[in-house]
Amino acid sequence: MNWNWNWFYRMGSPRWFYESTSRWLPWLGALTVLLLASGLVWGLAFAPQDAKQGNSFRIIYLHVPASFLALAGYFLMAAAGAIGLIWKMKLSYMVMKCAAPLGAVLTFLALFTGAVWGKPTWGSYWVWDARVTSMLILLFLYMGVLALQYAFDSKDVANKASAILALVGTVNIPIIYKSVDWWFTLHQPATISFTEAPSMHPDMFQPLLVMILGFYCFYAVALILSVRVEILSRERKTSWVRGLVKQATHKNLGAE
Amino acid sequence: MISNMGFLAFLRRDLRLINRRRGEVASPLIFFLMAATFVPLGITPDAELLKNIAPGIIWVMALLATLLSADSLFASDYQDGSLEQMLISPQLLVMPVLGKVTAHWLTTGLPLTLVSPLLGLLLSLPTAGYLPMMAGLAVGTGCLSLLAALGAALTVSLQKGSLLLTLIVMPLYMPIIIFGSATAQYSIEGLAWSGPLAILGAMLAVAIALCPLAIVSVLRLTTIN
Repeated sequence: MNWNWNWFYRMGSPRWFYESTSRWLPWLGALTVLLLASGLVWGLAFAPQDAKQGNSFRIIYLHVPASFLALAGYFLMAAAGAIGLIWKMKLSYMVMKCAAPLGAVLTFLALFTGAVWGKPTWGSYWVWDARVTSMLILLFLYMGVLALQYAFDSKDVANKASAILALVGTVNIPIIYKSVDWWFTLHQPATISFTEAPSMHPDMFQPLLVMILGFYCFYAVALILSVRVEILSRERKTSWVRGLVKQATHKNLGAE
Repeated sequence: MISNMGFLAFLRRDLRLINRRRGEVASPLIFFLMAATFVPLGITPDAELLKNIAPGIIWVMALLATLLSADSLFASDYQDGSLEQMLISPQLLVMPVLGKVTAHWLTTGLPLTLVSPLLGLLLSLPTAGYLPMMAGLAVGTGCLSLLAALGAALTVSLQKGSLLLTLIVMPLYMPIIIFGSATAQYSIEGLAWSGPLAILGAMLAVAIALCPLAIVSVLRLTTIN
């Protein structure tokens, strides 16, 4: 086995990350705009109405992708934290730190769109449904990681502590999901039916797929942008960042 | 002595320390009783209604009482430097930490369990619920103590860590409270209550195996740096 680990070590370098993302970030950004715009127009304007819910079902095109990313974002955050703990990689702590607020916002978006959708469908903004409750707990988990991250003076301790907390949360997430599921079947209210149509019509499903892809790209762009800001602020004393700043100021002065 | 690797030594040490300041042991218990008194005042004295919510209320109160007492777990050892001494010793720390958590459970979880029938009485818990509630509390407060110790280890070096501890640990308590109050609820409804209790026991077993490991690595991080 002659596996080349160079790419892995290179990834640990914030400078390499910054410079290589500078090259392809515009393309990813353009793809995101394209996917989100086409998915939204397709989903909101051209997809057929739902037989029972009418037009109100269309919020699914925001709700489902946001929920997907909220959960995937937690695992990404925990994985980044684990990589940081194991290989002591500076960059992966930065990814973890930036993923926390992003995931929390997406979880909130999922809960908010769910509440807005719940009003016309279930008749109330909030229902103690198993999935809704799990999402709320996910939001609390994100908030714990965020609160811990900002509580320490030392960045190193803050990173490691919140990485461990994120990992503990990861162990707990399946248990929480299972127990909330079980709790819900125990308390299931008879008045509200949560059964939706088992499968979506392809005409409705295809724009959803585009939106999910768009959200994944959006997540990547947002995460990379905030990691880049984090890199610049943490590496501001290094020569390559100073060089970048000098270049930028020259350009601005030249423009004036 | 090798077999328990410091477990008993630390258990005995912590119990002796706690014995010297007994007031601290009493405060979570008094909180437990007081807070439960407020529930009928805030909701209703109607026994029919209270008996439905009694298991849940008792569990929420037990959870809060455990959290209140949690930040003292490592605080005094951190302040007087003995925690640091523990950490730089060549000994494996998993068993000593487990000993400390056991001491915490013996002085909060166990008393809470023993006092809980009084709360059941106040909240008109049906007779069938007493034994399952106590069994559930005895097992469940063990999990609560272990997770609280993890939170305490994460926040031990912070000035105002106790509120943060609560924020961090509470989401992790969700499964315990669900199965804990279900144990009592099941027996009240005349169902077999061994199922949820067994799941609580399984969670305790996992927590005993994993939490001390996590606590030790967190203590190394927050105390030494």
